[in-house]
Amino acid sequence: MEHYNMNLTLKVWRQRNSKEKGRFETYKVENISSEMSFLEMFDVLNEKLITEDKEPIAFDHDCREGICGACSMYINGKPHGPWKANTVCQLHMRAFNDGDTIVVEPWRAKAFPVIKDLVVDRSAFDRIIQAGGFISVNTGNAVDANAIPVDKESADKSFAAAACIGCGACVAACKNSSAMLFVSAKVAHLSLLPQGSPERKTRVVAMINQMDKEGFGACTNTNACEAACPKEILVTNIGRLNHEYMTATFTADK
Amino acid sequence: MLDAKIPEGNLNSKWTDYKGHCKLVNPANKRRLEVIIVGTGLAGASAAASLGELGYKVKAFCFQDSPRRAHSIAAQGGINAAKNYQNDGDSIFRLFYDTIKGGDYRSREGNVHRLAEVSANIIDQCVAQGVPFAREYGGLLSNRSFGGVQVQRTFYAAGQTGQQLLIGAYQALERQVALGNVAMYSRHEMLDVVLIDGKTRGIICRNLITGELERHFGHAVLLCTGGYGNVFYLSTNAMGCNVTAAWKAHKKGAYFGNPCFTQIHPTCIPVSGEYQSKLTLMSESLRNDGRIWVPKKQNDARKPNDIPEDERDYYLERRYPAFGNLVPRDVASRAAKERCDAGYGVGSSKQAVYLDYADAIQRYGKIEAGKQGIHNPSSEQIKQLGDEVVKEKYGNLFDMYEKITGENPYEVPMRIYPAVHYTMGGLWVDYELQTTVPGLYCLGEANFSDHGANRLGASALMQGLADGYFVIPYTIGNYLADEIRTKEIPTTHPEFEETEKTVAARIEKLMSIKGNETVESLHKRLGKIMWDKCGMARNAAGLKEAIEEIRALKKEFWSNVKIPGSIDEFNPELDKAGRVADFIELGELMCIDALERNESCGGHFREEYQTEDGEAKRDDENYMYVSAWEYKADEQWDLHKEELKYDVVHPTQRSYK
Ligand SMILES: Cc1cc2nc3c(=O)[nH]c(=O)nc-3n(C[C@H](O)[C@H](O)[C@H](O)COP(=O)(O)OP(=O)(O)OC[C@H]3O[C@@H](n4cnc5c(N)ncnc54)[C@H](O)[C@@H]3O)c2cc1C
Ligand code: SF4
Ligand code: FES
Repeated sequence: MEHYNMNLTLKVWRQRNSKEKGRFETYKVENISSEMSFLEMFDVLNEKLITEDKEPIAFDHDCREGICGACSMYINGKPHGPWKANTVCQLHMRAFNDGDTIVVEPWRAKAFPVIKDLVVDRSAFDRIIQAGGFISVNTGNAVDANAIPVDKESADKSFAAAACIGCGACVAACKNSSAMLFVSAKVAHLSLLPQGSPERKTRVVAMINQMDKEGFGACTNTNACEAACPKEILVTNIGRLNHEYMTATFTADK
Repeated sequence: MLDAKIPEGNLNSKWTDYKGHCKLVNPANKRRLEVIIVGTGLAGASAAASLGELGYKVKAFCFQDSPRRAHSIAAQGGINAAKNYQNDGDSIFRLFYDTIKGGDYRSREGNVHRLAEVSANIIDQCVAQGVPFAREYGGLLSNRSFGGVQVQRTFYAAGQTGQQLLIGAYQALERQVALGNVAMYSRHEMLDVVLIDGKTRGIICRNLITGELERHFGHAVLLCTGGYGNVFYLSTNAMGCNVTAAWKAHKKGAYFGNPCFTQIHPTCIPVSGEYQSKLTLMSESLRNDGRIWVPKKQNDARKPNDIPEDERDYYLERRYPAFGNLVPRDVASRAAKERCDAGYGVGSSKQAVYLDYADAIQRYGKIEAGKQGIHNPSSEQIKQLGDEVVKEKYGNLFDMYEKITGENPYEVPMRIYPAVHYTMGGLWVDYELQTTVPGLYCLGEANFSDHGANRLGASALMQGLADGYFVIPYTIGNYLADEIRTKEIPTTHPEFEETEKTVAARIEKLMSIKGNETVESLHKRLGKIMWDKCGMARNAAGLKEAIEEIRALKKEFWSNVKIPGSIDEFNPELDKAGRVADFIELGELMCIDALERNESCGGHFREEYQTEDGEAKRDDENYMYVSAWEYKADEQWDLHKEELKYDVVHPTQRSYK
């Protein structure tokens, strides 16, 4: 790959805390290498701000390899930026050109209040999992792992849904701030496996109820979530979720 | 001499005997006993879930915004278990033996055997929780092989094994939160342990959103806070990984075991520039099918695909015919360094070697063509079919490589170089996972226990989950059974107040320095000292220099660090400053430990001690012990030794030739 350096203008959302109002601030960064990651570019900017006695920009991040789901920036109107199936931490500066202006905002959703700058509170996702996103098996109760074969197709589909990293980009991308893709991924992961089927009905109902309580919006099938999802979670999971929910609520044998 | 409290008796029955005789706590009493768990990675989440299920009152803490984001999430390759599903000769004994040998005979037989015994239960437990491990067409679990062994015992979920295991443990944990057995505190950082009358009774932590300090009482405290590879600044660890919790415990009396034992992983994406913030691992599973080579000519500037077969040096296959590309990590890393230092490195930095998939793609392509009944497949067909197989096995890793480097690994060999990855050292614990401070336990990567001087691939996940699901639920009962009469101690107790005051004073001190150098830049400088002088190769002169340099850096840090913002707000720079200050002190101890150990073993390579062909040369006569360091005062430690006894395995010069 040919590398090049670039000068950029950044418009970044700054907000002191959840109570104060936020605003955009403009920053210039120079000599950014096309080989840097987007977050490394932010590191460079933050170092500069600190040296100039200014407040660095707060953002969530940890693994920096696209798996922990911490990073969460809305870049030029897209959650996680311009690349498909990608997280911000994996976005590299070769996606940009010299002279570009880049607008960076936090996830915006009622259920994800801003903590500071680009950092939001996504604990609503944990509470949805608490409501039912698990299989009730205590340590020590398990049978031999090969006692229950799982057909490869179901296993693969379950795995594909389980790949969700809980980042919240689906919510950020949705005009209704719906969490359906996230919830459907968890429901699909567990209900596609024989181990998860005893709790199928209670799980889906409990998770949906919690989702509504958290203030996420309704799904109107715009598919913006799928397009933004870094792990390519499919909207077909939402279809499955709706089906499971209907079955669970209409067969009231519980 | 330190006593590890390893049960007497036959190796095979130690753990069974222990479980049969340890003290138990009845259910009514469990409800009155509070356990604090710091860290909710694999070790902490599995412990929190299991102890919650047993009925203990658990409080769990992590610094991320959710327990699901712990660094364990990033583990790629897999988890070992002695299931012998492949019928290829595996057994508990073999897993035990491979781990002891892989650790270059610096770990405990008793612990490692227990680890191998419970390994199979881990897989059962995870599958029951819904962990979607890879499966064969018949619906049964699939296995792959990993470095340092000759059987296939690694269970995996594509390149996302850690993620799937952690989500399993996280879900079990959240279920206990819902049931009210576990209280979860995210975005909280533990900053000290509270001791009352010599026993651990709680922690002080900081709410990272508001900056407030909090006091929490517990009858026992479990540290499950992960490894400290970030002392090198650049490593494959997540940005937040740190030593702070373990270090605070160390300063309160917990001995630190083998601090210098660091694992350098052979296959990582090389450094690309000054701004580099972390390094990315390319899973060891890639060495199953990939071949590692450098040009036979020094400073060869040709593109890799232009270098003909007979001008390539597959140096691992050449030096270690029995294990080839699957030698253990320490051996593979040193071999790569040796080639690069000798001028055979590739890429613009010359600090890289090739990991090549061309052969594997051809091999798989031909097999696939055969399976599909394609006679005389064209070379394009073979390539395409081969690419598909490789994509299924390693697709996410190849994608990650391409995103970072902009190069397509299906077409050109990957460039890789060793990087800091894992720390075998950690808080010293006995067989019960208890540190030298009563009531303070340590699990997972944060303890020193099972991997000796080098960890085999896919065994950290195994150890973390063994500790959390299957060991601590028994061993903690043995301690808490004697605590049932201890009532909850109010956090207004003078020890809580005193400890909180010390923590607050340190934070204020940090903020008051208002110097000129950023935390990041001081951390980078520490990392460079550590990598140059206490990294892949070490020698006495370098280590002595490093100790002086680190002491000077510490002075500079405490007089010139620049931290923006204030205490009572969300302030990541302040969090980082505290961690880097602890790393600096740890760095010094690592160098002291490396200097004291006048031998080479596993990942600890002292240049003065090597065989004629450049392999690590152990000194069993003088160094067959665990170094457990006791903190005395600033820059002062006492060394305690735990003698290692081998009743079953006979230590030999490790050979993978
Ligand atoms: C890229 C990569 C790939 C790997 N692949 C494999 C693999 O394939 N197979 C394998 O066996 N091993 C692998 N490993 C190693 C393995 O992932 C780790 O050793 C293991 O996951 C550590 O688990 P843990 O629970 O001990 O700690 P972690 O998962 O690191 O968890 C630490 C926890 O402690 C918390 N914490 C830390 N300090 C504090 C504090 N002061 N206050 C409050 N909370 C705190 C954190 O929030 C976190 O919850 C890999 C490691 C890396 C870096
Ligand atoms: S479904 Fe996709 S976008 Fe939504 S949380 Fe999961 S990984 Fe993120
Ligand atoms: S920092 Fe972990 S996914 Fe981006």
